[in-house]
Amino acid sequence: MDDLYRELIIDRYQNPRFSGTLDPHTHSYEDDNPVCGDHIRIDLRVDDKDVVTEAKFTGEGCSISQASADLLMEKITGMPVAEVRTLAKQDILDLLGIELGPVRLKCALLSLKVLKGGVYGLDEVMSLDELAES
Amino acid sequence: MADTHTMDIKRIRADFPVLDVEVKPGVKLVYLDSGATSQKPVQVIERMNQYYRAENANIHRGVHKLAEQATEDYEGARGKIAKFINAAKSKEIVFTRNATESVNLVAHTWGRSNLQAGDVVVLTEMEHHANLVPWQMLANERGIRLEFIPVTEGGVLDMSALPGLLELKPKLVSFTAMSNVLGTITPVAEIVKAAHAAGALAMVDGAQSVPHLPTDVQALDIDFLVFSSHKMLGPTGLGVLYGKEALLEAMPPFMGGGDMIKRVKLREFSTAGVPHKFEAGTPAIAEVIGLGAAVDYLNEIGMEAIAAHDRELTAYALERLEEVPGVWIFGPGIEHKSSNASFTLKGAHPHDVAEILNRHGVATRAGHHCAMPVHEKFGVPATTRASFYLYNTKEEIDTLVEALYQVKEIFK
Repeated sequence: MDDLYRELIIDRYQNPRFSGTLDPHTHSYEDDNPVCGDHIRIDLRVDDKDVVTEAKFTGEGCSISQASADLLMEKITGMPVAEVRTLAKQDILDLLGIELGPVRLKCALLSLKVLKGGVYGLDEVMSLDELAES
Repeated sequence: MADTHTMDIKRIRADFPVLDVEVKPGVKLVYLDSGATSQKPVQVIERMNQYYRAENANIHRGVHKLAEQATEDYEGARGKIAKFINAAKSKEIVFTRNATESVNLVAHTWGRSNLQAGDVVVLTEMEHHANLVPWQMLANERGIRLEFIPVTEGGVLDMSALPGLLELKPKLVSFTAMSNVLGTITPVAEIVKAAHAAGALAMVDGAQSVPHLPTDVQALDIDFLVFSSHKMLGPTGLGVLYGKEALLEAMPPFMGGGDMIKRVKLREFSTAGVPHKFEAGTPAIAEVIGLGAAVDYLNEIGMEAIAAHDRELTAYALERLEEVPGVWIFGPGIEHKSSNASFTLKGAHPHDVAEILNRHGVATRAGHHCAMPVHEKFGVPATTRASFYLYNTKEEIDTLVEALYQVKEIFK
């Protein structure tokens, strides 16, 4: 019907590959999009070489927020943390392969915000607004 | 279903220019979001336009022609609004920025001068955040105790809990007359009567009810009523607080500044009488005059007719939505509700539902609708809400339902 609901997004929303929690984990962080109440938690296992060996998410939210979380977990599995830190808005848009308006952009970026929160720790996290404008 | 009322919807729709908007070429707007804000008839838009084009002046104290005229029109609108809710006196109408500010005004002034630590305020579980957070702030600040009339599984107030709550000798019972999420119409007269018998004041959040149902503050014996201009065909930036004169007189002022004073010296002031005591600074003059025009418009059509129309549309919407497999409707049946239908669709998140409806021109709202606790109570983080008003038609509800089948197609 249109780009926003392309097959990839619906498929990832309905059949996420990286949904769940990790116990034990090295990093765990969760956050909401206060505008719509979407919620995502991300658990990571980072090994002693600072590489993400496993990544999982749980959450509640629209197809865009959940599909982007699933795609993001796939992308960072096996990725050095140093590289994870450089991920930005455009990487998420590339994963989704669609253009997004300002409201849905924040849905898409929630998982990136949570990931950065988990990797950096609370203090240096960008707000969703800052991420959307980055 | 045959029309049981005499409203000429075609003529009414012609008064609302926005209803001709195409959200994209060939797709007409189907506006089902009046619970968030209503559209405005040309009579309101033109009245405000006329004020700015030919009448603009600040009110009160000006002796020139325009200032006198503006004052008369501003105070005249106050009179119209008083009459609209059958207040005994115009001075019982206070203008604020929105219904939220009206609640805050009462919490700040009446609340701070009447409530001590341990005093009980009774609310309900279905309140909009506007009638919840100001009281939570007061609870944090001075230790008042909040109690809640529960909401039943069926989405109505559990009135059997009220006597027990009133035994706590609350000072105030503050509750919505119509839930913005469930659409539930609450038994206002019954609650007010019970509150008074227990020695409590009764405050009503009429943000949803005043636009949709006839309101008579004297018959209901309401102490405070708050409502909002922009949900009843008027402009944004304007709310109303109705309060019984004696209560308003006894309350300290809210904000300080010009217009709310009688005399000011360097180190002291005395306050003006009501309602001006609560209207510091230049108010929303054009908006007040615009709301006056909105009230004229509603009166001309008649609130009884509007209530009947909204109810008929809501009944039709519930009936049509129930036909859609996977739809779960939030709140009670038509016997207890009007003006909106909030729902979820299995397998599709409310934001996706609203987004896809939007592609068919259908404007709805998705989220918690500023009422997170009631969503939590029913275990849903968000719903999609379609809300109706005097300009909506059954054909528009048909469009909503057809578009919902498109959502199901995408999320099959």
